[in-house]
Amino acid sequence: MTDLLALIVAKYNYWLYVILMMIGLYAMIAKNNLIKKLVGMNIFQTAIILFYISIGYKKNATLPIIENVHGTGGGHIYAIDYINPLPHVLMLTAIVVSVATFGVAMALAVRVYQRYKTLEEDELRMRLSEK
Amino acid sequence: MKFLGFIVVGLAGAILLYGTGDFPDWGDPYSPASLHISKDYIEKALDQTKVPNIVTAVLADYRGFDTMFETAVIFTAGLACFLLLRDFREKKERFYRHTPTGVILHVKAGKKILDGGKEFEYMDKDWVPSDLIIKTVCRILIPFIQIYALYVVAHGDFSPGGGFQGGVIFGSSLILLAISYNLKTLVKRISEKMLGVYAALGVLIYLGIGVICMLMGGQFLDYAKLAPLIPFDSNHIRALGMLGIEIGVGIAVTAVMAIIYINIVSEGRHDEGL
Repeated sequence: MTDLLALIVAKYNYWLYVILMMIGLYAMIAKNNLIKKLVGMNIFQTAIILFYISIGYKKNATLPIIENVHGTGGGHIYAIDYINPLPHVLMLTAIVVSVATFGVAMALAVRVYQRYKTLEEDELRMRLSEK
Repeated sequence: MKFLGFIVVGLAGAILLYGTGDFPDWGDPYSPASLHISKDYIEKALDQTKVPNIVTAVLADYRGFDTMFETAVIFTAGLACFLLLRDFREKKERFYRHTPTGVILHVKAGKKILDGGKEFEYMDKDWVPSDLIIKTVCRILIPFIQIYALYVVAHGDFSPGGGFQGGVIFGSSLILLAISYNLKTLVKRISEKMLGVYAALGVLIYLGIGVICMLMGGQFLDYAKLAPLIPFDSNHIRALGMLGIEIGVGIAVTAVMAIIYINIVSEGRHDEGL
């Protein structure tokens, strides 16, 4: 038991993201309403974004903007002083792209609603099988 | 279905949690992700690009292709929203409001379309006057939001920021205008056609800078080759090239945010809705 507890404390960030991701996955699988499924998809994406950002984190490091560029100090730049910029770059674009894809998903939902007057999945399946 | 979903989710979660045992500790400076290329980025980006913000340097220079296609994805998303939702059909019933008196005219289906000059304005059926407090606050707030957005775009090289963030802030200021007044106010300021042009222009600026680099004899998006075109600051030529593409990204993102919002809230009709 103490072993497990120590494991959780050392890696609590991953546990949080996995829980968040599973909330999103559950919403995508089990919810009946298409908008709720989309919200679940967004929660899932958020968990992955947080996961990437936490990979880039280093203890006692600052954000990846070089300090004192115009100062007299200069000197060598050590990678250990700055957090990893690569996950930030990847997630920066991923956030904006997720907003754009969410927009497309909403547009599709609007079209579905215009045609079938419902966003509930079981009702949609009923309408589709009537034809 | 719900129970089955719960089992699947529980199993997947358990496997993932088991897998976290192999992951590096929280904040470990020697985790595998921080060892290979990212070390080079941090230590050499300032020398190679003269840009202190490494995130921008990686985004716009080392991974310029990636960012270009991300911008193309955003443009495509705006286009998809437009194509899915835009509805050009004439509306059957029309409502006009006489601005000085507030009298509303109802023109029924099949009747002649009214042209009442400036005194009549075309309106939706469920229009309500916007609240004075909201309108005033937003009118004061929007210019500041837009100036802040321009600052974020322009200072992307030196402080947290860049085209994506600034574009989203600028786009949200346009959305705020549409929420606080009505959709027509926004469409009157920036027509639908101009939004489309801006979205394409943003991607085109990005591509154009890359092609200019090629024409100057370098590789695609090799900003150092732009130096003869900007003679006064050849030391920071890569930073200037990055600023150029950030502006392109900002314009594209702004326009696409507005396109998505307008099309979704009005179901493609552009004259009513939120």
